[in-house]
Amino acid sequence: MTKTREHTIDKTKRVISIRDLHKSFGANHVLRGIDLDLFQGENVVVLGRSGTGKSVLIKIIAGLLKPDKGSVNVLGNDVERISYKELEQLRLHIGFSFQSSALYDSMTVRENLEFPLLRNSKHLSAQQVETAVEKALDAVGLSQTINQWPGELSGGQRKRIGIARTLIMQPTIMLYDEPTAGLDPITSMEINDLINEVQERFNTSSIIITHDLTCAKSTGDRIAVLLDGRFVKQGSFEEVFANDDERIKSFYDYNFIT
Amino acid sequence: MDDVSMKLKQRQPRRYVVSRKLDAFFSDVYAFGQFIARFYRNLFAPPYEFKEIIRQCYMVGVKSLSLITLTGFITGIVFTKQSRPSLSEFGATSWLPSLVAIAIIRALAPLVTGLITAGKVGSNIGAELGSMKVTEQIDAMEVSATNPFKFLVVTRVIATTCMVPLLMLYMAVVALLGAFVNVHANEQTSFISFIENGFQSINFLDLFSSVLKSIVFGFTIGIVSCYQGYNTTQGTQGVGRAANTSVVLAMFLIFIEEIIIVQVVNWFRV
Repeated sequence: MTKTREHTIDKTKRVISIRDLHKSFGANHVLRGIDLDLFQGENVVVLGRSGTGKSVLIKIIAGLLKPDKGSVNVLGNDVERISYKELEQLRLHIGFSFQSSALYDSMTVRENLEFPLLRNSKHLSAQQVETAVEKALDAVGLSQTINQWPGELSGGQRKRIGIARTLIMQPTIMLYDEPTAGLDPITSMEINDLINEVQERFNTSSIIITHDLTCAKSTGDRIAVLLDGRFVKQGSFEEVFANDDERIKSFYDYNFIT
Repeated sequence: MDDVSMKLKQRQPRRYVVSRKLDAFFSDVYAFGQFIARFYRNLFAPPYEFKEIIRQCYMVGVKSLSLITLTGFITGIVFTKQSRPSLSEFGATSWLPSLVAIAIIRALAPLVTGLITAGKVGSNIGAELGSMKVTEQIDAMEVSATNPFKFLVVTRVIATTCMVPLLMLYMAVVALLGAFVNVHANEQTSFISFIENGFQSINFLDLFSSVLKSIVFGFTIGIVSCYQGYNTTQGTQGVGRAANTSVVLAMFLIFIEEIIIVQVVNWFRV
């Protein structure tokens, strides 16, 4: 067991295991042999420039895209080999926070949060659903927005509600796609704090996709740098950037991290 | 470079353009066929989204009522007004209720309802699903263990298939009322007499063919607009294109289906 910040990583328990993953879109070979392990209680940040296939990687983990080659094992299930029903069951343990928040425009915040719960936990009473919604909103600090429409929320609030919607199913794994993209520095820091808070409070394991080094530094136990479809370096933030590779150094220089 | 090789070089790209377009066309037809097959696979598999189907029926049916009422009433009045001079030339204005009823029930009600629904509902579905697709809402639904195809597509196609025939029957009634208003104002025909004259030329086959056409039109509107919306790409521009293509393609197919069904039904007429 390794103690990192305020949480514990169980290095004996792999929740995600990816081996030799390949994915192409036409002639564009995006992922060229990815290997990655995510351990219980760990936050792994996948760092890379736009268009390097970071989002593709987590969409493959969630079963939204099919890999061309390789294996993806999530909580002991080979995502490629299980049936659609089994995949649906597996997805109940995965929380996916989208880059665009992906809140349902035609539903209020309350309905957005109720949606996954009502469809997957039909035995719950109205009171239990109400309590779960309030608890999830409370976890992201936005209880007052319960009756608002997504269009009435700011970018940061939408991200938080998106995270609350995933938390309501009490996932084991959280996948964050560019959680701070398009947000001002202060809101970005609040989102970073929220990611850590979610990890500590719900003991989730997370993969955070980002090109924001501040986000990577404050949320990641381990950083994996994705370049040209492969992980060129993995380790702690300090280990990754104490590196002579010009491609990684230039990434650091452009982010003006202090 | 001689003239022949110059011409060959100029022609080559054009040939490729045509073959690429043909390729894209047949790929689209194949993908659309697969989409329809997927619809039927999901249609009979549980869970059945009854609540969402009812909500969609409300959206398609009740929300289109005002437009259908207005267009139906105007269609009835205008068609009667336009037909009167031709009939009065032969002193046959007493045939007006009959002519109007045949025209409305056999052709106008299904076609106009289909076209109006394609415009109103088709564009709405295309834009809504397209917007959901580009903002990752469909992916969000999928990762929250909900089958988005069943929840979004199957429910909408069922709703349009069920509601268009009902809207067609409603439009026929409203259009006949419009026609009666005009006939009553000009010929002082009573309502009972109008209905008796109107319906003496209508048989079961007329009504059956209209309902059949409406079912086919409703399915077409639903499946075409869902296909366009569900496969939207290229952001907001794609959403506009999905809405537009949904309407244009649905209307085009409605006319083709109209011709085919009329031809088939005519074989059964004695």
